[in-house]
Amino acid sequence: MVTTKRLGRITEINGNMVMVEFESYAVQNEVAYIIHGDERLKCEVIRIRGNKAETQVYESTSSIKVGEEVEFTDELLSAELGPGLLGQIFDGLQNPLPHIAEKCGFFLKRGVYLDPLPGDSEWEFTPLRKEGDKVKAGDKLGVVPEKIFKHYIMVPFSFRGSFEIGAIAKHGRYNLKHPITRLKDESGKIHDVFMQQVWPVKLPIRAYADKLKPQKPLVTKMRLIDSLFPVSLGGTYCIPGPFGAGKTVLQQLTSRHAEIDIVVIAACGERAGEVVETLKTFPNILDRRTGKPLSDRTVIICNTSSMPVAARESSVYTAVTIAEYYREMGLNVLILADSTSRWAQAMREMSGRLEEIPGEEAFPAYLESRIASFYERAGIVRLNDGETGSVTIGGTISPAGGNFEEPVTQATLKVVGAFHGLSRERSDARRYPAIDPLISWSKYKSFIDETQVLKGHAMLRKGHDVAQMMKVVGEEGTNLKDYIDYLKAEFLDFVYLQQNAFDEVDEATTAERQMHIFGFIYKRILEQEFNFEDKEKALKFFQTLRQLFRGWNSSEWKAAEFKTIEKEIEDGCIKYIQR
Amino acid sequence: MHKVYTKIIQIAGDVIMVEAEGVGYLEIAVVSTRHGVSLAQVIRLDGKRVSLQVFAGSKGISTGDKVKFLGHPMMVAKGEDLLGRIFNGSGAPLDKGPVLSDQMVEIGGPAVNPVKRIIPNKMIRTGIPMIDVFNSIVESQKLPIFSIAGEPYNELLARIAIQAEVDMIILGGMGLKHDDYLFFRDALDEQGALARSIFFIHTASDPVVECLLVPDISLAVAEQFALEGKRVLVLLTDMTNFCDALKEISITMERVPSNRGYPGDLYSQLAARYEKAVDFEAAGSITILAATTMPGDDVTHPVPDNTGYITEGQFYLKGGVIEPFGSLSRLRQQVNGKTRDDHRTIMDTMIQLFASYRETVEKRAMGFQMSGWDKKLLKYGGIFEKEIMSLEVNIPLEKALDRGWEILAECFTPAETGIRKAMIEKHWPKTS
Repeated sequence: MVTTKRLGRITEINGNMVMVEFESYAVQNEVAYIIHGDERLKCEVIRIRGNKAETQVYESTSSIKVGEEVEFTDELLSAELGPGLLGQIFDGLQNPLPHIAEKCGFFLKRGVYLDPLPGDSEWEFTPLRKEGDKVKAGDKLGVVPEKIFKHYIMVPFSFRGSFEIGAIAKHGRYNLKHPITRLKDESGKIHDVFMQQVWPVKLPIRAYADKLKPQKPLVTKMRLIDSLFPVSLGGTYCIPGPFGAGKTVLQQLTSRHAEIDIVVIAACGERAGEVVETLKTFPNILDRRTGKPLSDRTVIICNTSSMPVAARESSVYTAVTIAEYYREMGLNVLILADSTSRWAQAMREMSGRLEEIPGEEAFPAYLESRIASFYERAGIVRLNDGETGSVTIGGTISPAGGNFEEPVTQATLKVVGAFHGLSRERSDARRYPAIDPLISWSKYKSFIDETQVLKGHAMLRKGHDVAQMMKVVGEEGTNLKDYIDYLKAEFLDFVYLQQNAFDEVDEATTAERQMHIFGFIYKRILEQEFNFEDKEKALKFFQTLRQLFRGWNSSEWKAAEFKTIEKEIEDGCIKYIQR
Repeated sequence: MHKVYTKIIQIAGDVIMVEAEGVGYLEIAVVSTRHGVSLAQVIRLDGKRVSLQVFAGSKGISTGDKVKFLGHPMMVAKGEDLLGRIFNGSGAPLDKGPVLSDQMVEIGGPAVNPVKRIIPNKMIRTGIPMIDVFNSIVESQKLPIFSIAGEPYNELLARIAIQAEVDMIILGGMGLKHDDYLFFRDALDEQGALARSIFFIHTASDPVVECLLVPDISLAVAEQFALEGKRVLVLLTDMTNFCDALKEISITMERVPSNRGYPGDLYSQLAARYEKAVDFEAAGSITILAATTMPGDDVTHPVPDNTGYITEGQFYLKGGVIEPFGSLSRLRQQVNGKTRDDHRTIMDTMIQLFASYRETVEKRAMGFQMSGWDKKLLKYGGIFEKEIMSLEVNIPLEKALDRGWEILAECFTPAETGIRKAMIEKHWPKTS
């Protein structure tokens, strides 16, 4: 059979960079396959010079030889979008890992690519439009139930212009290979639409009416975040921190408790063990809001540190593309990318192999623009039908040496709306979550009253200042008023900012409870003038209060125990005000 | 059978370049010189020019020497015959035993599919309270010991290896001093553990590049045993030497260095090794303990820094003890909830109080007056350092927890510890 395959031959191999001499033409960022015996290894063209294309290979290049054949495909690296993504575990190239395990056993095998969505799976389709309707890209044509969501089948985002529905399938069960709509474009050409579509991962999906300003808070149920450094739906935030400060634990807690429709976890170049925990526990944890397993609302894209480096980059883009797809259905999606530094390092590795002129710390000059364009894919949008949907992006950063002055952190800080900086001091002192309230910031609005939030920030700063001063002049050189402020700040830190991730109640605090507790602390402690005879008494008072508060934090919201402790704390406070 | 090439066109550092055809990337070749033979590995292909890193170093290689390509990547033997044996960094025997060439397996094989891993859940007891109580080690964990040269990290590794309940031990030594090698051998021998151990030893006097293979060989062998259901403990010491060898090759190859001369892919290189730690579904496991010396006691040095991001925690060995701050076993939560109900409480409380003690010591050093609370902390800190922190202490976990409560009761009132009431009622020692 004669085909019009475009071919090339390998001339150079340097790690995962393979140079290919091509015959006719090559397309930047197109996918190509190296033919190595009966293996076909996926790669992407990343630079073209003369008749030579440099490609990054998404697999190990071991045993590849100079002179081997390469087949170009003309297609950009794409994700397959359709019903059946939820609950899945993909690698960076959207291969379903459980299916690969069934086929290949314990180890990943290079050159094995499986369909992300099984073509023969059937879905119950209900049409929402009728013949003759005019539609455009992103318009909803019909709906299928997927887990707890209404999964809308839309006009493919790549369709340009307006179309007329020539035919639409009736209510019934169809598989992904069955055309459900026939569209006629302006020139009369006919296009078949399936329940599944493809989209190049590196381009944002823009099939919506407007992009809006993020204003509605995203409730993560972490008190420190929600109350003091909030994130909005459609916003962006980053979590830089040295190793061991608890970035990943923070992300895991967020993925469990956040009040959001869908969570896409991009485990990019981190430990496999962490992904394992998520993927083994999520099917068994019930989401409190829906009563269904967490895995029903989660998609995991996992390209862990020992998997091929080039696919780290694609894992981040695959994740955001899937998130954008669900946003188009009017859902709120949260992406947790862990860690963006590994993605940046993958870029650095490739840039080095291409012998590009290095920027700071050998990162390529385009690092900033790549990071910016990734975070810019977040946002809350008004769709064609007036509904809204959002993509919120939270990325962790692993700065070399825990130093935030490094290029990846700095490039990210320029483009995100909130900064949750973790500090070694806090994690060493076991103050979790180790987000440092003195360096973190957020541009979004909290659901807590603003004066209360400002008071909280001010008290923490004051407490820090007094603590610094005490290091120099000692406790005896500090006046009682300052000392009490210091104790108040420490108290706020201990009972409100710190949260016990291993306590069933304390690990997640609802917005309602946060407002109640923060209001309580604001009124009874922060704003309160206390009369203590001396520092010893003050210390004792706060120590006792702290113990009571810890019990309060682990008592069920509005249960009898909750109310008893609240009363006890109130009484304890009053005693010292009246004296 | 295999074609021999004699046209070496460049020798720089420990990398030689030869003109050859039909060579696969990462393939192994044998370089024969007047001084002996060495293995070499293909690290770059550019048309006909093949760059190889020579594991025995390039000293004495002539441009007319023979290079024979073997047509396969680096392999190592597997099987029971390896037990009790000692090999060098390329897998050649050091113990006068026979060369093993049966059942060869490729080293540096593909990654484990994450969905085939299981959540680690078996604690490895060591009898060291600083580990068992505060940072429990878990089967399939990867954990480095950060220390400066001169600290007893090899002694600590050997002690853990001997006391840990595992089926077998693999020691990968990189740049190991000869006496340290003998120490490991004798220590394991004394405890009768040598027969279930395999050594891959690269000593400080061997060519630097040869240590590049040690982690891969050790882990490839470990993987084979783990697949057969064995629980394997792999000790790697010292990984900083491995990184320095990577640096050397990278600079020789004129790659753009990223940080203090180390290559940009240092993280990926280390991760490829450490991620071999695994608990297989329905088979065995690999646990990795590694020593990483920190040049200049600087944890932000690229080697400990990148390591810390990969491993599941780290132990700091400082002044002969495991430093409680910074030391962390990330997997401890998988096991310390199932040991005893007070395990986590003791862990958190004792460390928080010890942190306050450290602050007080600082204050005292600056000459401040000591309050009543400070004095209590000082008393507590002293007992803690002597009875819990010292590596001399060798007691099981439960004893250590009991001792913890006693120490708290000796020094504080229940309220001062900040422990929840219910816990206090159950565990606080009753004064008679």
